[in-house]
Amino acid sequence: MAEIVLDGITKRYPDGALAVKDFNLTIADGEFVILVGPSGCGKSTTLNMIAGLEDITEGTLSIGGQIVNDRAPKDRDIAMVFQSYALYPHMTVRANMGFALRLAKVDKATIAAKVEEAARILDLTQHLDRRPANLSGGQRQRVAMGRAIVRDPKAFLMDEPLSNLDAKLRVQMRTQIAALQRRLGTTTVYVTHDQVEAMTLGDRVVVMRSGIVQQVGSPQHLYDAPVNLFVAGFIGSPGMNFLAATLEQNTVRTSLGDLPLDDCKRRALERANAPREVIMGIRPEDFEDAALVDDHGAGPVCTVTVDVRESVGSDVYVHFTESEGPAHSADLAEIAADSGLADTGAQEHRVVARLNTATRATEGAHLDLWINTPRIHVFDPRNGTNLTRRPDQSMN
Amino acid sequence: MTPATSLGDPAGKKTAKLFEGARQERRLGLLLCAPAAIVMLAVTAYPIAYAIHLSLQRYDLRFPQQAHWVGLSNYVAVLSSPFWWQALWVTVLITLVSVAIELVLGMALALVMHRAVFGRGTVRTAVLIPYGIVTVVAAYSWQYAWTPGVGYLAALLPQGSAPLTDQWQAIGLIILAEVWKTTPFMALLLLAGLALVPEETVRAAMVDGATFWQRLRLVVLPLMKPAILVALLFRTLDAFRVFDDIYVLTGGSNGTGSVSILGYDNLFTALNLGIGSAISVLTFLCVAVIAFVFIKVFGAAAPGGEPERR
Amino acid sequence: MSSRTRTLTSWGVANLIVVLYALFPVWWIVALSFKDPSTLGDGDFIPREWTWENYRGIFQTSEFTRALVNSIGISAIATTIAVVLGTMAAYAVARLRFPGKRPLIGVSLLIAMFPPISLVSPLFNIERLLGLFDTWTGLIIPYTTFSLPLAIYTLSAFFREIAWDLEKAARVDGATPWQAFRLVIAPLAAPGVFTTGILVFIFCWNDFLFAISLTSTTSARTVPAAIAFFTGSSQFQQPTGSIAAAAVVITIPIVIFVLLFQRRIVAGLTAGAVKG
Repeated sequence: MAEIVLDGITKRYPDGALAVKDFNLTIADGEFVILVGPSGCGKSTTLNMIAGLEDITEGTLSIGGQIVNDRAPKDRDIAMVFQSYALYPHMTVRANMGFALRLAKVDKATIAAKVEEAARILDLTQHLDRRPANLSGGQRQRVAMGRAIVRDPKAFLMDEPLSNLDAKLRVQMRTQIAALQRRLGTTTVYVTHDQVEAMTLGDRVVVMRSGIVQQVGSPQHLYDAPVNLFVAGFIGSPGMNFLAATLEQNTVRTSLGDLPLDDCKRRALERANAPREVIMGIRPEDFEDAALVDDHGAGPVCTVTVDVRESVGSDVYVHFTESEGPAHSADLAEIAADSGLADTGAQEHRVVARLNTATRATEGAHLDLWINTPRIHVFDPRNGTNLTRRPDQSMN
Repeated sequence: MTPATSLGDPAGKKTAKLFEGARQERRLGLLLCAPAAIVMLAVTAYPIAYAIHLSLQRYDLRFPQQAHWVGLSNYVAVLSSPFWWQALWVTVLITLVSVAIELVLGMALALVMHRAVFGRGTVRTAVLIPYGIVTVVAAYSWQYAWTPGVGYLAALLPQGSAPLTDQWQAIGLIILAEVWKTTPFMALLLLAGLALVPEETVRAAMVDGATFWQRLRLVVLPLMKPAILVALLFRTLDAFRVFDDIYVLTGGSNGTGSVSILGYDNLFTALNLGIGSAISVLTFLCVAVIAFVFIKVFGAAAPGGEPERR
Repeated sequence: MSSRTRTLTSWGVANLIVVLYALFPVWWIVALSFKDPSTLGDGDFIPREWTWENYRGIFQTSEFTRALVNSIGISAIATTIAVVLGTMAAYAVARLRFPGKRPLIGVSLLIAMFPPISLVSPLFNIERLLGLFDTWTGLIIPYTTFSLPLAIYTLSAFFREIAWDLEKAARVDGATPWQAFRLVIAPLAAPGVFTTGILVFIFCWNDFLFAISLTSTTSARTVPAAIAFFTGSSQFQQPTGSIAAAAVVITIPIVIFVLLFQRRIVAGLTAGAVKG
């Protein structure tokens, strides 16, 4: 049984800096959990604490039912894959993969058998006697995984293992990792800053920010029902658009027009004592070219001037400027800083819409945009909370 | 390894208890350093203290029973002696001039080696031989070269001149010997610093229209500043301790002795441990001042103190 | 001349100048060593008559051979000790966390900057009193001490170059810090250790001040000191020839060393300097 339980885990550095605060999570045996967040959010620190490479200031960590706070990494029966792979340069692939078993004084025959088996699974058999320096990036990554598999541990811990690969290879390896984990059934904790990896690989995703867990849930759940501005803006690419808005009786008044609120949302907003000034969030795919929408999709339409049109083959993205200026919030500022948007000096507030390729939108021309109003989110600008999150969506 | 112990402390408000891994690391670190630290401290700390102790005594090795405490009078004697000041002056002169020349020549050599198209191996070997050769051997080579009648270099000078016996000429030759030996080493240090200057920055300057000298002055040298300072620091300290070359070339006669030579003479020729030790301690203080100036005033990075990368 | 030929020629010339610069004092000593004693005073750069007499002369007495043995033995032992202690300390300094690291680095720097003359006086007396004067141990101790800063400095630069994640990986694989050092890091540092050994050996071989201060007879006198005390084949003759021959004999090994290992030596010197 390889359940991992983190109970109130906190990491505080000697100088007082708080890296991880009160991290609570129960990872079931065989589950694939992803820790995702911007750099400095504490995800790697958490992983290191699970591994035993950093000590835990407060809280308990249990692996397989036993509390392991004080145990050295080697006594925790976990295996780790590092971002840089950390392969031993002076050893062959075979020796690299067999190193841990050698240290555990396993007999040679067993080591050889296990290494051969792992090499077979990872398609490394022909490379077993080569040195890491003579391998390609993808091969090295597989050796790093092989080193972990050979030990048949209670859990795999992976620290951004795909970051050093080029884009195409990354996509390939992603599916390989997913297939491998399904086949072996080992509990896996995976750290990444890439939300696409998070969405595609995990059974559950933990979004972290500044050491605090923002939300835990399945990828789709995080996408559909983000608990706050940060999660909403972090998950999904291109990210959710945020606009300043005011709440009137039954509508949300934005620069794109007055959007009617359905009953659910209205009730949720009343219950939450929503302020007048709010932030409205809408994802690019919840826009469409009004000319392409049939009457059943009745909803408000706004007219905008297209600044930039991008076609990626399967979709068309149009960027336009919203007249009233951007929504303000500390959270948004942080997202902008993280994504580098703040440094681009872009003054105007750009909104992105995703349209069907049949659209006739062109740069510089006007465009009528239909807005899928039921799909909008309303956030409290003071603390970023998603005010329109439905109660039945709050399960993990 | 110790097993998990926190069953009695489940909600875990930990005190400053050291994590097992960190504890092992710490223990290993201290163990590994201990032998080297012990050797270094034992062989320097104690003798230094002892040197200071000796310097406060009147201790003539020919009459060891008569050694007695005289407080600072040795220091007074040394500091009021014209020999000390002359030796100090000679040392400072040799240091400043040789380091300056080494810096310039070394820089030139480094620039050449940096761009060397072929023959890198030859140049490197040629550069390392002065470094590897025993200093006294080189010194003897120079001595014979300059001795009238024996040496080919002396034959180049006007008849009858014996440069090693004239104070200024001898000092010049000592500087020459020092420069010959250590310029290659300086060149290597500077070459390493040169290699750190990003090629693209220099190219950008070229595209911006800078000439070779402008590029050198405005881009390369400023970026090399830390390396230059470190090289200067070590070379200056080394130069101040000059001994071997002077011993062989002139023996320190005719006013060419450095502070180290003066100390040696008092210790082993005059067998005066008190005065000799006083000179040693004063030399040490001078060196400390130089290092202090370099590190605090010029900001040379004291090597080895950079923070952990984890 | 085409621009390319011109570049090649100027590099060729530059190389030649550098080589000449480095070699002419060396050649001069070699020339002197082959000169017949009667022609020593002729100031010729290339000897008119070549003779092995000077070489024969220095090996006739046991004085020089004894000094050679001393030099080799003392330098080798001091180098071994300094490298072993230095490797351990450098690894700790470069890659482990423990208290007292800063003071250690500070102390070793202080020692590196030390004027040896300051140590010679007390060491002379101490060794006299302890009976270590004029013994191998009497020289090995100061040599080891003074080469330790150099060894630690150079080696820690090499250690710092080794990828940082390797220790973490080893620990996760189940190694104790000592096993991580022995099985993973130390093998990777082997080239650095070798280079440091060469640098330290050259340092010990080269020393003059300690050699003349802390020895008085052939029992421990190393070659640099022995040369200074040469008296020549007869008491009426200048020992120039003998000194030159001895000088050549002790320089040859170093030249060979340098020729064989110049890449390593440069790497060692520059690694220490640059990475600091």
